Amino acid sequence: MEGNATYWSENLRLIFICLAVWFVVSFGFGLLLVEPLNAIRLGGYKLGFWFAQQGSIYTFVGLVFWYTKKMNELDQKYDVEES
Amino acid sequence: MDELKLYTYIAVFGSFAVYFGIAWWARAGSTSDFYVAGGGVTPMQNGMAIGADWMSAASFISMAGMISFLGYGGSVFLMGWTGGYVLLAMLLAPYMRKHGKFTVPEFIFDRYYSKTARVVAVICLIIASLTYIIGQMKGVGVAFSRFLEVDYDLGLYIGMFVVWVYAVLGGMKGITYTQIAQYCVLIFAYTIPAVFISLQLTGNPIPQLGLGSTLADGSGVYLLDKLDMVVTDLGFKEYTTDNMGGTVNMFAYTMSLMIGTAGLPHVIMRFFTVPSVKAARQSAGYALVFIALLYTVAPAVGAMARLNLMNTIEPAAGQNMEYSERPQWFKDWEKTGLLKYEEKNGDGKVQYTADKATNEMVKVDRDIMVLANPAIANLPNWVIALVAAGGLAAALSTAAGLLLAISSSISHDLMKGILTPDMSEKNELLAGRVVMTLSIIVAGWLGLNPPGFAAGTVALAFGLAASSIFPALMMGIFSKKMSGKAAVAGMISGIGVTMLYVFQHKGIMFYAPSSFLGDMEPNWFFGISPNAFGSVGALVNFAVAFTVLKSTGPAPAHIQQMVDNMRIPHGAGAAHDH
Repeated sequence: MEGNATYWSENLRLIFICLAVWFVVSFGFGLLLVEPLNAIRLGGYKLGFWFAQQGSIYTFVGLVFWYTKKMNELDQKYDVEES
Repeated sequence: MDELKLYTYIAVFGSFAVYFGIAWWARAGSTSDFYVAGGGVTPMQNGMAIGADWMSAASFISMAGMISFLGYGGSVFLMGWTGGYVLLAMLLAPYMRKHGKFTVPEFIFDRYYSKTARVVAVICLIIASLTYIIGQMKGVGVAFSRFLEVDYDLGLYIGMFVVWVYAVLGGMKGITYTQIAQYCVLIFAYTIPAVFISLQLTGNPIPQLGLGSTLADGSGVYLLDKLDMVVTDLGFKEYTTDNMGGTVNMFAYTMSLMIGTAGLPHVIMRFFTVPSVKAARQSAGYALVFIALLYTVAPAVGAMARLNLMNTIEPAAGQNMEYSERPQWFKDWEKTGLLKYEEKNGDGKVQYTADKATNEMVKVDRDIMVLANPAIANLPNWVIALVAAGGLAAALSTAAGLLLAISSSISHDLMKGILTPDMSEKNELLAGRVVMTLSIIVAGWLGLNPPGFAAGTVALAFGLAASSIFPALMMGIFSKKMSGKAAVAGMISGIGVTMLYVFQHKGIMFYAPSSFLGDMEPNWFFGISPNAFGSVGALVNFAVAFTVLKSTGPAPAHIQQMVDNMRIPHGAGAAHDH
């Protein structure tokens, strides 16, 4: 099952990318870097505060849909879709 | 009967009638219907059902209130309770769906070929779910007693009866379709008042944008800047930067909530109801959209409610409200004891400050912010009625999901799986219904006699899920070699460390005098609060499991093959029994 092994490693790569973004927007921008980012304004929002209470959530939604799309493509590429 | 009461009766009993209609239409005929809704739920439907299942009385009533008073610190709930879905969608849901069983303990049993593991999982699940239900039942009682002015106990009985009808009759199938209706009710009830208030304050109807806009009073000042100014003037911490217990604590707290969310069995179970792996991934996305609709509005509700409250009490600096001229909502909530005023300087005016010596608003319960919000902002009565129906929908839908998780783990895992394996499908379905009825009675009893430690146990529910269930499931999928022995050792030490930490600071079984280190910040491990400790427990779980794995050898070959099979979508059927 050579194909299945590469399918899995490609999946792991995708998960890694997604979780890196997941970490950066929430724990990075929303928590660790919140003070420097708060110096920048997004309308009435301080940017760090915006990431913590709005931006991270929008990014999460985008991430899950992007991952789903990518995985559907991967399923087709390796011909492992459900019948 | 006044107008508000009439509208409230229409909203509440109208929504109940809809739930009953759905229950009759979606009766369960088989164990597959009862546990996984026959496996035929579409991703969009499942996403809505997950949304209602997930968003409890706590999300609906308490969260915005907490944000209101915590400001930036409240972000841990926003990020924690949504970020968990990213983990679910990528690390758990698709593979567990592919494996195709009815319950989470059953998955753990198959993967770790151990009855001990299954029983440990059932125990974690029951503790986590029961502690949650108490909160829902209390929410039902409070909503009834506040809005319909019936007895708390009677309200609770009505709520129990409504859940009983659709959960016992329809099982997962009935619950799923009712939850879809409940999602619609709760999201309307939550956003409509927020839209009105955002319009009033900023002129922008979209609360998410209103929060970042300037005030509509023509001053050109941004809402958040104004709020920062108002609260710091009175000695409170700045709203947009007040970090709850420091960065390390917020980090650990957010992480605990995220992995706890991904490890809560009543949510994971919902992914067994969709027809395919693809649909499982998609429904995680839809669920997050439906949840984000409420979670991105909540910070606006919190900030605007705080500003409205401050403005009501002190319309302009130094011009405090006369106590004798307080508005009706103020009087209503004083009656409930959730809002308390104490005259201190004898001027007859209300002072609300951070200084305990001069503060006259001696109690402002966080939970009243969402419920009182429409009245504080002078919104029409039908909006207030809607909020009552929404709060009930949120509490009932979550209670039903939790009840199903409990009853299926008893009837399917303990009875069918371990005690009486030769039980027929018909009898198992009957057992499921009987156990569900008993669970509702237990939950109702707990709602009537909430144990003193009820508030503390919600932290324990997340701590348990984060430190035991999530790591066990994740390692089961991502480490082929992970063995049963190692996983059980990991689960037990993860829970052990978390419980020990919670108990040593909060008291054994939350009996405060028995806390041997005291609930004091200086004693906290790296300043991490007990509520945030689940993430540390999870790390311990991973570390112990891998250490034990090294010394005891990997899982047998047929298990490793099963994991290989879980990782590819090909060949997934409907969720099945054996």
